[in-house]
Amino acid sequence: MEKLNVPEQISNDKLKDIYKQMWLIRYFDEKVDEFFAKGMIHGTTHLAVGQEASAAGACAVIEQKDKITSTHRGHGHCIAKGATVDKMMAELFGRTTGYCKGKGGSMHIADVEMGNLGANGIVAGGIPLAVGSALTAHMKKLDYVTLCFFGDGATNEGSFHEALNLASVWNLPVIFICENNQYGMSGSVKEMVKVEDIATRSKSYGFPGVVVDGNDVVEMMNVTNEAVERARKGEGPTLIEAKTYRWKGHSKSDAKKYRTREEEKEWKAKDGIKRFKEVLLEANILTEEQEEVLRKEAKKEVEDSVEFAKNSPMPGKEELLTDVYA
Amino acid sequence: MREITYLEAVREAMSQEMRKNDDVFILGEDIGVYGGAFGVTRGMIEEFGPERVRNTPISESGIAGAAVGSALTGMRPILELQFSDFITIALDQIANQAAKVRYMYGGKGKVPMVLRTPSGSGTGAAAQHSQSLEAWVAHVPGLKVVQPSTAYDVKGLLKAAMDDDNPVIFYEHKLLYKSKSDVPEEQYSIPLGQADVKREGTDTTIVATAIMVQRALEAADELEKEGISVEVIDPRTLVPLDEETIIKSVSKTGRLVVVHEAVKRGGYGGEIASMIAESAAFDYLDAPIKRLGGAESPIPYNPELEKAHVPQVPDIVKAVKETLNRK
Repeated sequence: MEKLNVPEQISNDKLKDIYKQMWLIRYFDEKVDEFFAKGMIHGTTHLAVGQEASAAGACAVIEQKDKITSTHRGHGHCIAKGATVDKMMAELFGRTTGYCKGKGGSMHIADVEMGNLGANGIVAGGIPLAVGSALTAHMKKLDYVTLCFFGDGATNEGSFHEALNLASVWNLPVIFICENNQYGMSGSVKEMVKVEDIATRSKSYGFPGVVVDGNDVVEMMNVTNEAVERARKGEGPTLIEAKTYRWKGHSKSDAKKYRTREEEKEWKAKDGIKRFKEVLLEANILTEEQEEVLRKEAKKEVEDSVEFAKNSPMPGKEELLTDVYA
Repeated sequence: MREITYLEAVREAMSQEMRKNDDVFILGEDIGVYGGAFGVTRGMIEEFGPERVRNTPISESGIAGAAVGSALTGMRPILELQFSDFITIALDQIANQAAKVRYMYGGKGKVPMVLRTPSGSGTGAAAQHSQSLEAWVAHVPGLKVVQPSTAYDVKGLLKAAMDDDNPVIFYEHKLLYKSKSDVPEEQYSIPLGQADVKREGTDTTIVATAIMVQRALEAADELEKEGISVEVIDPRTLVPLDEETIIKSVSKTGRLVVVHEAVKRGGYGGEIASMIAESAAFDYLDAPIKRLGGAESPIPYNPELEKAHVPQVPDIVKAVKETLNRK
């Protein structure tokens, strides 16, 4: 068994957990996709199939005390931060056992106590919140960092630029992780951003920016770990641009007219899960048999979550007006 | 009791709380050595230092979000926006994030923050620095909205706002900063949602907010000379609104004039008028409800035009007389 070139706190057992987690993210979102297609879940949803490595890799190097902010495409971040798929699925089914008691839905899953400060339906809306979370850590001298996830589209919002500048001038322990999945809803990053790499935008704010293969979970761990160490040492923020691709459409009704099937095929060949599997097999960290077991476990967890959600109660009408004010 | 200004009362309320509670801090543009656009935080950075009196870049969305995020993770920020018009730039963080986080998350998490901001016209600052947009935020469930009209009220209401576990939008009227009243030195709290009867009367009820409370009281003095007895109610907080006090008063007088500086169309006065129309007080009404508010134009620069934009004492006198069918 070899030791992979990963941060030292990442054991081989942890690598297996991460691998399973990536499947958990994929199976969860594929199941959600199926339910939307069948009309079993209402509203809308944004799937992270194909982007598992960035969420799993980044969250692998942080601890429970650390915090994250997420996006509309947030199921993966949520799972990577330790959420149970039972409560997530129940939330999508609008049940009282869901993370938000059925009041938030896909775009607002949060688990504040576990350090997940929430997905966000407003593009870039969570970025200033992450800076606020980092400000608390700084002011209360708490040793936590905040990972702030957002997409390429968010980097054209004013909030992104304001938040990066603020985090920089206050030297806050926050790691900005741009998952550049190449498209906003339909707008290609090539049409909407003039710079080659979004990571270079950090230069304007005086802190490092790093480009990483977002489908390489090992690289994702290493780069995030370095940024986390910088933040913990009081050296301020880092911008990480994880280049990746969403396999599915933007949301449930997307004919994907803005991109070609060839492009999709090219990116699917760079599947982060497949690549990680090869790495683990190659290093004798995982056998084919063990791999299958992990994958089946992940699948079962998702299937169980569906049962949990279906068997959970719907909120009563009296829930409408609770939780508006503290 | 000593008299201090409204501005001093705001500063005193913050300083007293900051001495007691390390989680309370203030952030905003030019609030450090400059002392804030209106001088409210003058001297505070010297006492509390730059960590707790945080001078920020000019980034209303960023700093509003930083306030919300820090509140969500255990701080109790006071965000100062230089002019209330600038809430437009911070509104995603206020209306979409601060107001909704708790509900969206199924009751987990809270956002104990106060957004303090000077509002209103009368300073010649024209269309983008003079508005009263309180109805915008009053429309959003999850926010509380406060509009103090005296030095005494501002100190007690700010204490209540800082103690509240919800996002509170706290409007300070620029023209009131220099106004004085008796203010206790010790901390005290005025509950949010408790109106104040500023003057008792029997013929007509005026519900007025912010600077209009003073003008309503002046109008009441004039009307008294003509034998007209006016009751003046200051709701003090728009959300929550003390409906009971207003309903009780209108049931007694049978007449209602609502006056605010904000543009009349879509203004909060419409909410108060409707509330009365839907209440038991409706049966007691002896005259149509009158609403006075700002003109349907941006606020002009020229001093005479600016004055004409918002209700003045003679307008209030006239409206009250109309409810009484008198000229």
